[in-house]
Amino acid sequence: MLRVNLLLIAIVLASALGTVASQHTARKLFTEMEREQERMRQLEVEWGQLQLEQSTWASHARIEKVARERLHMKPPAPGQILAVERPQ
Amino acid sequence: MKFTSSPLLSQLLPAWRARFVAALILLAFGTLAARSVYLQVVRNDFLQQKGESRYARVIELSATRGRIADRSGDMLAVSTPVKSVWAIPEDARLSPAQARTLAALLEMDVRELNRRLAAEKDFVFIKRQIPPDVAEKVAALALPGIHQQREYRRYYPAGEVTAHMLGFTGVDDRGQEGIELAFDDQLAGRPGSRRVIKDRLGRIVEDVESIKPPQDGKDITLALDAKVQYLAFTHLKQALAVHKAKAGGVVVLDARTGEVLGLANLPAYNPNNRLKLTGAQLRNRALTDVFEPGSTMKPFTAALALEKGRFRSDSLIQTAPGRLTIGNATIHDAHPHGPLTVAQVIQKSSNVGTAKIAGTFAAEEMWRMFDDIGFGQPLRLGFPGEVGGRLRPFKTWRPIEQATMSYGHGISVTLMQLARAYLAFARDGDLIPLSLTRQESAPLAGKSIFSAQTARQVRAMLELAVLPGGTAPKAQIAGYRVAGKTGTAHKLEGGSYADRYVAVFVGFAPVSDPRLVVAVMIDEPSAGQYYGGEVAAPVFAQVMAGSLRTLGVAPDAPLKPVQVARDVAAVPESL
Repeated sequence: MLRVNLLLIAIVLASALGTVASQHTARKLFTEMEREQERMRQLEVEWGQLQLEQSTWASHARIEKVARERLHMKPPAPGQILAVERPQ
Repeated sequence: MKFTSSPLLSQLLPAWRARFVAALILLAFGTLAARSVYLQVVRNDFLQQKGESRYARVIELSATRGRIADRSGDMLAVSTPVKSVWAIPEDARLSPAQARTLAALLEMDVRELNRRLAAEKDFVFIKRQIPPDVAEKVAALALPGIHQQREYRRYYPAGEVTAHMLGFTGVDDRGQEGIELAFDDQLAGRPGSRRVIKDRLGRIVEDVESIKPPQDGKDITLALDAKVQYLAFTHLKQALAVHKAKAGGVVVLDARTGEVLGLANLPAYNPNNRLKLTGAQLRNRALTDVFEPGSTMKPFTAALALEKGRFRSDSLIQTAPGRLTIGNATIHDAHPHGPLTVAQVIQKSSNVGTAKIAGTFAAEEMWRMFDDIGFGQPLRLGFPGEVGGRLRPFKTWRPIEQATMSYGHGISVTLMQLARAYLAFARDGDLIPLSLTRQESAPLAGKSIFSAQTARQVRAMLELAVLPGGTAPKAQIAGYRVAGKTGTAHKLEGGSYADRYVAVFVGFAPVSDPRLVVAVMIDEPSAGQYYGGEVAAPVFAQVMAGSLRTLGVAPDAPLKPVQVARDVAAVPESL
């Protein structure tokens, strides 16, 4: 009788400790997930800012200015355009 | 003496004392039991909640406003988080040096800062929407009573170029003008919240429940083409500067789908910095301002004449001596002509000829055509402040009014309505609804206004108008066949016509298979020239040429290879 009781106590103890340990792991993992989700949101914000930056750099006004002033480009005059027909 | 032989033991106590003690103990147990029932059963919910509030927290989940992109995905409006600095005035006891540092960081006046901090309130904003790097510096000062909160600010990379189309949002991130207001329901995000368990260090360790999931606003893809829009805006701006005009507008429509590819207005404003906004800058003229369209209305009169079978394109009309008297009013032509065909009436833009054609219509016929083509009623694009223009009921028309309306006086329209009406000519006679957002497929056939044959004949007349001998040779584009009509209208001021003008040009290209409709309106050009063919037509040509090239539309006019080597000036103008 005594041995059965001791065995049961041991099992209960082990189970209790297991619960505590797994709960702890769960919480740690959860915190980690939270951190990653926060990072995801941060990256999304950064993406938006980068898109904004890209749009600003690629604004047509800036491109035209660079093309005209730095690269000395100009629209082709009517006579300089050559239309190529696609061979059938 | 032994305890067992104590004399006290032999003394019997009265029986009630033992019972009294037992009763007391029972009573105590009873009280405890009752209390525990009270706590565990009756007040259970309240106490549970109280306990939970010690470690559970409800956190707000912010949602971002949708982005606005042009048809090829270029970002036109993006929300990005910024910080707002606020204070609890009672807690914010700043030393003069601290106040100076803070004011310098926030680029504001120290007196203004102190005035805000002296307010008898629990909460004051010190400065809203500051960039993240400044926010970090402010946070690093660790001033008492000064706090920050996260907000969103909207940025418009294209600035004034897209200002009227997009509109803007207020500090609360809700749309106030333009697309931002028209599509606010879709763009706006709905913030959510969830309940979590936090540990001693403030880390979230468990999700209890999601009360409301946050919903980010939907992104919107406009029909707008950023390149076309840029072309429209810059060429309009140039023209306004050259002709010292008060205001102007350009509309570019896709003739196949009814999409609005470009919409530019001037004067404009920078939506990223709206400190000094005036009403004139805010007006989206293409949709909210009406003007008398002048001669750009003539093709509709001609189309109705062909449609009713009363005239053919080559029917002769006597316009000499360049005057026509109806009742006690006289209509003049700018230059007197002799007998003209209907096509020539449009080409030369003869008022007398148009009025004579219109004289053969019943008022109701003409009104019905104007109504069918959308004049007099708002387009209902969802834009704030859209107006429908003026089209009086035909029962009140006098003969002279019917005559003047045939060449665009006594009727008023918006630039967008006028551009849309020309879709009927560009599209073999049917009229389709306009769209501000990108359409995946062309709409099914719209409402048929004219027969395809009539539309083709009017197209041919409008092509004559831009050829030498017409009113707008400056609307020509190398490599493409162009068709269009000029308009020069006196402005109505206080009921009479003033010596101020509105120069208009509406047209489409390529004529062999129209792809784009472009309408240009320039208000009060005051540098000498004011004719639509001189002021508005060149803008049309520049915008149309650039847009056709951008969209990769194949040229339909011959560009002979031999001309490649030739000098530009040697190229004949008829190209």
